[in-house]
Amino acid sequence: AFKAAVLIQQWYRRYMARLEMRRRCTWRIFQSIEYACEQDQIKLHNFFSYLMDQFTPSSSKERDFISRMFVSGESYKEAELEKYCDYESIEVPDSYTGPHLSFPLLPHHATALLEAFKQKQQLHARYVLNLLHETRKHLKQLPNISHVSTCYSEEVTVCGDLHGQLDDLFLIFYKNGLPSPSKSYVFNGDFVDRGKQSLEILIILFTFLLIYPKEVHLNRGNHEDHMVNLRYGFTKEVMQKYTVHGKKILRMLQNVFCWLPLATLIDQKVLIIHGGISDTTDLDMLEKIQRDKFVSVLRMKKRKESSRKPELQAINGESKSETDAAGNEAAPRLSLQPQSAQAPSTANRLEFSRWLRQTVQEQIDTCRRLVDISESEPEELTYSSMVTLKDVDEPCWTRQEEWKQILDILWSDPMPQEGCRENKVRGGGCYFGPDVTEKFLEKYNLQFLIRSHECKQEGYEFCHNRKVLTIFSASNYYEIGSNRGAYVKLGPDLVPHFVQYQANKTAHMLTMTQRQGIPVALISRVEESAFRALREKLFAHTSALISAFKAYDRDNTGRITLSNWATAVESVLRLGLPWRMLRPQLVRSTEDGMLEYKSWLDDLAMEQRSQEHIQSSLLEVIYRNRSNLETIFRIIDRDHSGLISFEEFQQTWKLFSSHMNIELTDDGINDLVRSIDFNKDGNIDFNEFLEAFRLVKQCP
Amino acid sequence: IVAEIEKKITEAFEVFDRESNKTVDVRFIGSIIRSLGCFPNEAEVQELLEQIEVEEPGGFIHLDQFLPVMTKVLLERRFWPIPEDVLLHAFEALDENKCGYITKEDLVKHLTEE
Repeated sequence: AFKAAVLIQQWYRRYMARLEMRRRCTWRIFQSIEYACEQDQIKLHNFFSYLMDQFTPSSSKERDFISRMFVSGESYKEAELEKYCDYESIEVPDSYTGPHLSFPLLPHHATALLEAFKQKQQLHARYVLNLLHETRKHLKQLPNISHVSTCYSEEVTVCGDLHGQLDDLFLIFYKNGLPSPSKSYVFNGDFVDRGKQSLEILIILFTFLLIYPKEVHLNRGNHEDHMVNLRYGFTKEVMQKYTVHGKKILRMLQNVFCWLPLATLIDQKVLIIHGGISDTTDLDMLEKIQRDKFVSVLRMKKRKESSRKPELQAINGESKSETDAAGNEAAPRLSLQPQSAQAPSTANRLEFSRWLRQTVQEQIDTCRRLVDISESEPEELTYSSMVTLKDVDEPCWTRQEEWKQILDILWSDPMPQEGCRENKVRGGGCYFGPDVTEKFLEKYNLQFLIRSHECKQEGYEFCHNRKVLTIFSASNYYEIGSNRGAYVKLGPDLVPHFVQYQANKTAHMLTMTQRQGIPVALISRVEESAFRALREKLFAHTSALISAFKAYDRDNTGRITLSNWATAVESVLRLGLPWRMLRPQLVRSTEDGMLEYKSWLDDLAMEQRSQEHIQSSLLEVIYRNRSNLETIFRIIDRDHSGLISFEEFQQTWKLFSSHMNIELTDDGINDLVRSIDFNKDGNIDFNEFLEAFRLVKQCP
Repeated sequence: IVAEIEKKITEAFEVFDRESNKTVDVRFIGSIIRSLGCFPNEAEVQELLEQIEVEEPGGFIHLDQFLPVMTKVLLERRFWPIPEDVLLHAFEALDENKCGYITKEDLVKHLTEE
């Protein structure tokens, strides 16, 4: 009987081990796809560079089109902003049943809002704008680094990324209590994007911020940035919820985001930033820079130079212009604002590209020099670091250095190896090692760092010898059951206490029964979703895969060994995944350990069934570049209507296909449009177009 | 073939390698071995661990030590899967009342008594 029991135990252990392996692999898949997505930013940059350097427009329309791509949209001086985004003229109709806000805000407004959002109501645009105005006024008074002391409020609760997942915020408040004079909170950025209730989260956080200014602290995250919002869903959410006033709300938000503090310091001992640090992070500099000058960290801003030469007049008469230090390798995005009067006639194509190149080059050069101080806003000359200055009139650092400080704080990730290197995966910030952390903590006499920015399975994770804590508050981030969320509480002893949760009933049951055994059904679901995403990625690289396979199949048998399959797939996709472990899920049938790769790829293509009639190579391109295409469309769609004209659509395709070296005739484009069948009044709802190629997001 | 086996082992190992530094917590070795297709019992896992010579008290196993031992295991086809009918017999042997299942307590009892 003992032997029988042992046998069963063996089998059972093996079963559990396999489950654990599957769970971890699934996690890896989601993570690597997420970060690979961020590499798209770099591709986008390359596309714009291509347009600058190599492409010559064939018509004036084309030239205008390209120029418009680089015009980032109007930027407003403050007074104009108040006027444009004014809320007082907006009337609230009697039929409105949602909550009413009056200022100054009181606790009952907050509870009314929470209740309303639970009932899926929407706050009227007037109140939203009013709230944003008041929030901006408040944020302007705050320093770049907020200071919190545990002697006032005993315990401080720190929350990480929320990413529009309102249910998680509700859970946190339910478990931990609402902000109050005896309950301090720090929210460490990334409140928006991806989840569908980003705006509600902002409204709630800003409301509490105004009611309890001493107890509630917000840090800026890398997603509090309108360029990132274009890609990751927040812009879309706002425009869908507020069709009339959405544009105003977005403008105000740009301004509010740039006024968010960059960091929080608890008891002078614990520093809270969204991303991380680098080996050049300088708290003194961070305290002093004018953070509102960096509306988007993905583009560098520069102030107006009074001594600028006429050719450099790349400003739309406003005080801000956007340029980028293309010499800088981390996450630059090339952009400029050419004045159309300056652009040469299209008769001479060469001149056009030369002009373009020249303007960009000049702006780059200007960036490299120290910034001039414009008369209207003199910089303070009381920095302690000024001691080494030779020339009193200039600040001792450049705008470029300031920009790097902020970029590093918002985008960096810790790594286990020592040193500090560029974060090429995300396209911004650094990977910093335990030695960087050690030096930094020593330099500023700190105990440890708290950051967010990365999803962690248990909602939190220590690294660098427990000197760096990652806290992530969006549960089920990749998929239901994928991870827990957590928040951390710090008392005067600064010893962290964690509370974990998962916002979903079935997932909640999962954590309870996790000891007994993970419900296979749940793992299967998450796994299914991960593999679907992975298969889509494989399909998107069909041509490259075929070439890679052929390299192993010299005799042209149409088959390769499974071992070579794994090596080839990794060389194409570069996701760093354990392909041999994943193989059983991806490759169904093999003969003698060999795979017929063509039919395997055909099977993959079959799954993307809905678009059969479209030329498969075109499909591949769309899948591979969907995220970038979407961003480009959004940039073109300047009034955020969700529609671009058929001509603009065509133009975009032409440019893109020439960059990608694909053959695409006008007929090809027409076919594309017709087959999706969404053409309305000569305008194209590009959301619909992209939806047709989007991964089906289930979640019944 | 050996190279392929080594790649497989390395992959499985890396899935459990939290800090990407070629070490895993010794508690996971059993899971790794099992996810490579083997069915060792606890005693056999312990034996293997002894072969690997755990040096650090922290209880971490390095890939370089694990790889040769595990490669041999796979080449020799040790701890190969138990056929299903044998497993069924095992269940039937313990299920005295013929009710079609055994409880966890029963199993624990049989495992801890001699």
